[in-house]
Amino acid sequence: MTGRIPLVLCAFVFALATVAAAQDLRFPARVEAGTAFSIPTTGSGEATLYVVGPGDAIARKVHLGEEIEFEADDLHNAGHYLAILTGSSSVSTQFDVVPSRQPASLSFLAKPSRLAVNRPDGISGVTYIFDIFGNLLLKPEDVSFQLSDATGGTQLRNASSHEGVAWVQMNSAPKAGPAHFQATLSGVHATRIVEEVPGDPCSIHMTARPASSGRVLLQTDPVRDCNGNPVPDGTIVSFTETHDGRVSTVDVPLKRSVAQTELPAASGATISVAAGVVLGNEIRWGGR
Amino acid sequence: MSANFMSDDQQSANPEFVEQKPRRTGTGILFALILFALTAALIAIGTIWPNQEDSGVAEPRGRVVISASSPQVAVNDLLQQIARRDWHAAYELLANKGEFSESEFRNDIIGEYGSLRSYATLNQFDVQSVHASEDQAQMRAHMIWASVVGTFEDSRDLRVVKNGRRWEVSWPLVKEARVPPQVIPVNYLRWDVIYRGPEDDWGAQDVEAPHVRIVAMHPVDRADEVILMGEILNEDVIPAFVTVKASLLDSKGRVIGTEDAFDKISHVLLPKQVSPFRIDFHNTRLSQVDSIRMQPSSNLVPASADPVIGIESQKLNPLPNASLSGQLVNQSGQVVNVAHVIGTFYDGGGQIVWVADQYPSRALLPGTPVPFQITLPADISNKVKTYRAVTTTYISSRIQ
Repeated sequence: MTGRIPLVLCAFVFALATVAAAQDLRFPARVEAGTAFSIPTTGSGEATLYVVGPGDAIARKVHLGEEIEFEADDLHNAGHYLAILTGSSSVSTQFDVVPSRQPASLSFLAKPSRLAVNRPDGISGVTYIFDIFGNLLLKPEDVSFQLSDATGGTQLRNASSHEGVAWVQMNSAPKAGPAHFQATLSGVHATRIVEEVPGDPCSIHMTARPASSGRVLLQTDPVRDCNGNPVPDGTIVSFTETHDGRVSTVDVPLKRSVAQTELPAASGATISVAAGVVLGNEIRWGGR
Repeated sequence: MSANFMSDDQQSANPEFVEQKPRRTGTGILFALILFALTAALIAIGTIWPNQEDSGVAEPRGRVVISASSPQVAVNDLLQQIARRDWHAAYELLANKGEFSESEFRNDIIGEYGSLRSYATLNQFDVQSVHASEDQAQMRAHMIWASVVGTFEDSRDLRVVKNGRRWEVSWPLVKEARVPPQVIPVNYLRWDVIYRGPEDDWGAQDVEAPHVRIVAMHPVDRADEVILMGEILNEDVIPAFVTVKASLLDSKGRVIGTEDAFDKISHVLLPKQVSPFRIDFHNTRLSQVDSIRMQPSSNLVPASADPVIGIESQKLNPLPNASLSGQLVNQSGQVVNVAHVIGTFYDGGGQIVWVADQYPSRALLPGTPVPFQITLPADISNKVKTYRAVTTTYISSRIQ
């Protein structure tokens, strides 16, 4: 049932629009969203003006022969509009509402929100330019993109918008940390945080020393990636001890870049360490 | 014994049919006498040499026999009381009550720290006689407990002594380890997450889900089921809650079945941590399967890097009791109520041949080893060359 309503409305509008009329209706071909304007009418007597567009529908009683005034907030959704004047006869016209010239907001999509350091073109930024009414600004605009990494280094790129969209690709910095990614246009800016995280451990080295109650204390040196960044805390480091056909393992999360644990101290045991696919050194425990 | 397969109609219609009355002969009387004598002999044998083995199904509403007339009855009565969780009644049946208190007895059976045992019920038991004399006997009680994660078994060698006319069980109390009061400093590492809010602009990015990857997958055909086994890696720098779902597709792309790993996986993975997974498809043959669609998923969740559990003295045990055994050692300061051990077993080529798990029934106290044993099928155990075990932990204070 509801699907028939637009059809009936269209038929009604079409019928009205095709009726020849004495009245005249002259809208400007393009109206900027959010601007006040007026249109002249001819004839005399009472009539009703219907204006139908995307997200807007206006019905207004008018006196023919007088100007019809539109306030600044009457028409603010950009798009194609249909105006119909019905009185003793009907007349219709069509016009466009275009976005405001002034950009008011940027919708900024920065992807990914988290990536490893030193990735060329690893970060993409896409902006959608909108006016104050949320209309997409279709005319070309120059958008400035700036990526500031944790060490203060910045990358600057400019991109011209096309059909309301501008985009760039940026490199991730060699140093880990939160990077501020900002898009700017005519004093309007939007900022996103991109977390630049260390890569896989570059190497692992552990030391062993006797601990209390017949156990051996194992501790890694600070674990870093190949750019010298500390590998994030929580990364799992696996210690494995093999002795006399028995295996002891423990998965330890890095804390302050160091993994530390205790395993049984068996003389002659072989102890190895690894994180992901990176193997560290091996220790043969002699009991001292 | 004979049988007449002709109906009454057939009989009446058959002119040659002659009704025969049963004949009483001396054979029937003889047969009855033999049967009577045999029954009497069996009763006498059973009375003089009673069965030394017993088994039972725990009956929570079972009748209490106070005066046990034999070691078997004494053990049965005790285990029935344990099944009813009537600790006082069970304690009263013991011969060595003076050696420990009722609460120590209860803690020995169900644990003190809210472990798997605390919520399990004794489902079934077998009692076997190991040795018996006039006034004491050695019995072996094999108990099967039912818990939310399946059954687990427990065996106790019980000494049963005769006290007057009554047999009583001397309970071999195993005192649960206690950790002396102390302060254990822990550098606590956890992740908290702030998600985007409803008022945020549609372009405002949310925190991304962790990046996870299936690094191995191997389907096997076994009896009437297809088993998918594999490993999943959290390759991100943040913790992930992972699930693995799989769909079996036939040659026309139709879905035969969809299952997930449920508890045969470690769901919370810290950065660079690998978990095995196993997905069982019942009543399916691998020959029906043309392709497999794997669907790993991950969510960013607040997580903690503790506790750290060492898996020590792992050893592959050969047939007939093929298994991986070892000890879990809680290296942190928190009591772990329930631990879960998942073992991945590889052949000589490094391919996964089996994934199995076990829930130790005892809580993990700091620094206190708790044994575990993961059973391997006999046909698989011959193929296993290497293995890897991981643990997951459940701490009740975090759930509340």
